Amino acid sequence: MSNLRTTAIEGTDDKGLDAHLIVDRGTFRLDIELTAAPGDVVALLGPNGAGKTTALRALAGLVHLTDGHLRLDGAELDRTPPESRPVGVVFQDYLLFPHLTALDNVGFGPRCQSATKAESRAIAAEWLDRMGLAEHAGAKPRRLSGGQAQRVAVARALATRPRLLLLDEPLAALDARTRLDVRAQLRRHLAEFEAVAVLVTHDPLDAMVLADRLVVIEQGSIVQEGTPADIARHPRTDYIAQLVGLNLYKGRADGHTVTLDTGPVITTTEDLQGEVFVAFPPSGVTLYGSRPTGASARNLWHCEVAGLETHGDQIRVDLTGELPLAADLTTVAAAELDLHQGALVWATVKATQTHAYPA
Amino acid sequence: MTQLDTSDAAAETLKGGPGRRRVRMTGRGVPLPLLIPALVGLAFLLLPLVALLVRAPWRSLPSQLTSTEVWQALQLSLFSATAATAVSLVLGVPLAWVLARTEFPGRGFLRALVTLPLVLPPVVGGVALLLALGRNGVVGQWLDSWFGITLPFTTTGVVVAEAFVAMPFLVISVEGTLRAADPRYEEAAQTLGASRFTAFRRVTLPLIAPGIAAGAVLAWARALGEFGATITFAGNFPGRTQTMPLAVYLALQNDPEAAIALSLVLLAVSIAVLAGLRDRWMTTS
Amino acid sequence: MTRSARRTRRTLQVAGAGAAALLALSACSSSDDSSSSKSDSSASASPKMSGTVTVFAAASLQESFTTLGKEFEKANPGTKVTFNFGGSDTLAASITGGAPADVFAAASPKTMAIVTDKKDAVGTPATFVRNQLEIATLPGNPDKVTSLKDLTKSSLKVVLCDKTVPCGAAAQKALTASKLKLTPVSYEADVKSALTKVELKEADAAVVYKTDVHAAGSKVQGVEFPESANAINDYPIVLLKNAPNAVAAKAFIALVQSAEGQKVLSAAGFLKP
Repeated sequence: MSNLRTTAIEGTDDKGLDAHLIVDRGTFRLDIELTAAPGDVVALLGPNGAGKTTALRALAGLVHLTDGHLRLDGAELDRTPPESRPVGVVFQDYLLFPHLTALDNVGFGPRCQSATKAESRAIAAEWLDRMGLAEHAGAKPRRLSGGQAQRVAVARALATRPRLLLLDEPLAALDARTRLDVRAQLRRHLAEFEAVAVLVTHDPLDAMVLADRLVVIEQGSIVQEGTPADIARHPRTDYIAQLVGLNLYKGRADGHTVTLDTGPVITTTEDLQGEVFVAFPPSGVTLYGSRPTGASARNLWHCEVAGLETHGDQIRVDLTGELPLAADLTTVAAAELDLHQGALVWATVKATQTHAYPA
Repeated sequence: MTQLDTSDAAAETLKGGPGRRRVRMTGRGVPLPLLIPALVGLAFLLLPLVALLVRAPWRSLPSQLTSTEVWQALQLSLFSATAATAVSLVLGVPLAWVLARTEFPGRGFLRALVTLPLVLPPVVGGVALLLALGRNGVVGQWLDSWFGITLPFTTTGVVVAEAFVAMPFLVISVEGTLRAADPRYEEAAQTLGASRFTAFRRVTLPLIAPGIAAGAVLAWARALGEFGATITFAGNFPGRTQTMPLAVYLALQNDPEAAIALSLVLLAVSIAVLAGLRDRWMTTS
Repeated sequence: MTRSARRTRRTLQVAGAGAAALLALSACSSSDDSSSSKSDSSASASPKMSGTVTVFAAASLQESFTTLGKEFEKANPGTKVTFNFGGSDTLAASITGGAPADVFAAASPKTMAIVTDKKDAVGTPATFVRNQLEIATLPGNPDKVTSLKDLTKSSLKVVLCDKTVPCGAAAQKALTASKLKLTPVSYEADVKSALTKVELKEADAAVVYKTDVHAAGSKVQGVEFPESANAINDYPIVLLKNAPNAVAAKAFIALVQSAEGQKVLSAAGFLKP
């Protein structure tokens, strides 16, 4: 950190992250813009291969930028080697040095920053204490549980007082139970962290719990940005819709009627014009064995069962036909309808269950 | 007696009953098709050593062993082998790192060249060293005229010859370990503020220490036994360049008992060193 | 060994020596013209020889024996002579160790004794040439070596053969006789290695055989020294007991001892036996 290159900038309040990351890998090109203020926690969300890890490594300096810029607290960092950047990284499998104790692992950073051995150990002890791991200070990484190792990894990254904290799938290596506790703890630590934090994840729940802002990346570009609530309510791609568990369609609205690009018509409660997204949850769908009489012809489609899956105590039915959609039913209801692959059903959804918003 | 393996039985029931044809097992669980060749191989390697012990002139041994030539040769052998290993470590580990961690055109060819001393007949190696570093050699003549340094016929020459044949073992061993080691630890170290060299020193080196140790043991053993390159490059003079293998060779002709005595001493010292290092240094884990 | 056995042995030795002397005499006298003597010997010898003859010979015999081998092959088509040149002591050890060979030609009676003591030879070894020591120096003799004493100059790098090798033993004999103390930089395992060190200009001088100096040609310069007369090596040759090809082997030995063989050997610098 002491050899940080700073360019003099007029107007000193250039704190935070200002990056335009362009990385060209031949077959794959990442091109995203990322800004964040100190204290922000940004989650990069996306399917595998989207480029989230590449973005993280570019921020850390482990990958060269083909183009673009990277400014942190006003300083240009794109040519700075990783060891000189005020950036801390928590890796997916932690990468705790196997030959060092937890204490020396956490003290590694301060030691590189020319603290003496005693000083670095004191700093490390403080951090481990803060993480509630004081009694494990002398343990080697192989003796630590998954959750403990994760916390040591976070402490190690934080001990260098970075201005940008990067977390790569921080909870992916943990089992479901540990994940709950660790997620809660990590949330607290991130809330206390005064600088910018960027975390990469494919788990929407992690993203929603830990982050203030989501950035969804697909195939190297940003497809949607916003608060977790925003994105959950107004997904703009299939991936996000699936992630948040919604049926999503694109069409042209004319008042309350939306004509989908594929043909069918959906009636919604909103009054809109032009290109729109329409979404509704699988739980809002009702299935009938035969065409329901008396029900309005609105939002009624003739479908065929393509697949059945158990989701907790519900059955998720995958339907194709007039309108491909997913429906959630109780097992009892599914049994009553004698649902099996190839069965023909009628699907309906109330207009109030749908949600339309401009594309 | 075969041990009752109850866990296997449970596993079998889960799999739906015994269906596999098991290979005949001995009491300790080594399959016979592997055990027999293994024993033959062991016998093949141990028989000459046993013969040496059986035919040793035990009665005249004490008088043989007190001769100064024996101890001179032993001292010189131990010193030069250790020195050659030290040289191999200092030069070989960085070389192994460059070969394993960097990319440049012709790297594969360079690696092949580095391992050349392994396949070169040692005497040829000795001649090549003379042509390079001898008094009249390509580089040697400058060493001689500018610094007055001559390597042939000196103990330093012995170390040079031994290092030439032993270093490739170390380089190969360490390079293999480096390739197997996760380079991401070095990345992690970098993100914590370590320069590439600091990352190497404080993270990589401790992690590959077992591989380095294994390579060093191989190199030491090879250096200790070297004959052709040593006698060709450094010559043969008691106390200065006459290592144990040379002493054994010359003694064998007119005093076989002395030769056997020397061989026994070398054998004893080697076993002591190799066994003392314990087998965890012999494997790259 | 019992006295009677020893007596028998000595009788045999005398008889053997006598027979060898007769053989040598007949070989010497029967030839003026090499080709006729060859045809004579081949005609008088058993029908057409064939097969390989394996000869173990001292390193100093390399050039001359190779020539003789080719002559033998030409005179006896269907035969092949293979050589194993090296330090006589090493060769003797190989033979007693069981190495398959037909003929052994050593550079000293002492090394020959290693073989005969173990009774691996047939009959008595015959001396077929003698070799005298000579100093080999760098071309042009830049260090101006003129005598054995000059070699003791501390600035010179001198190599000798190891004492266990005939050449080395002879050198020691010469040095002791002249009451000189010479500390070489290396004791080489055979005479050719010693010579090579001078050829490669690694050493300033070596004490080798006249024949080696001759063989090296312009690569070294020879310096004779009178003390060498005190330590002339007799070179014995013998048929080995377990010779796979005794017939051809005997013929080869005969060639070595014949006038033609002697001509080749003398041309290389050997002294007559």
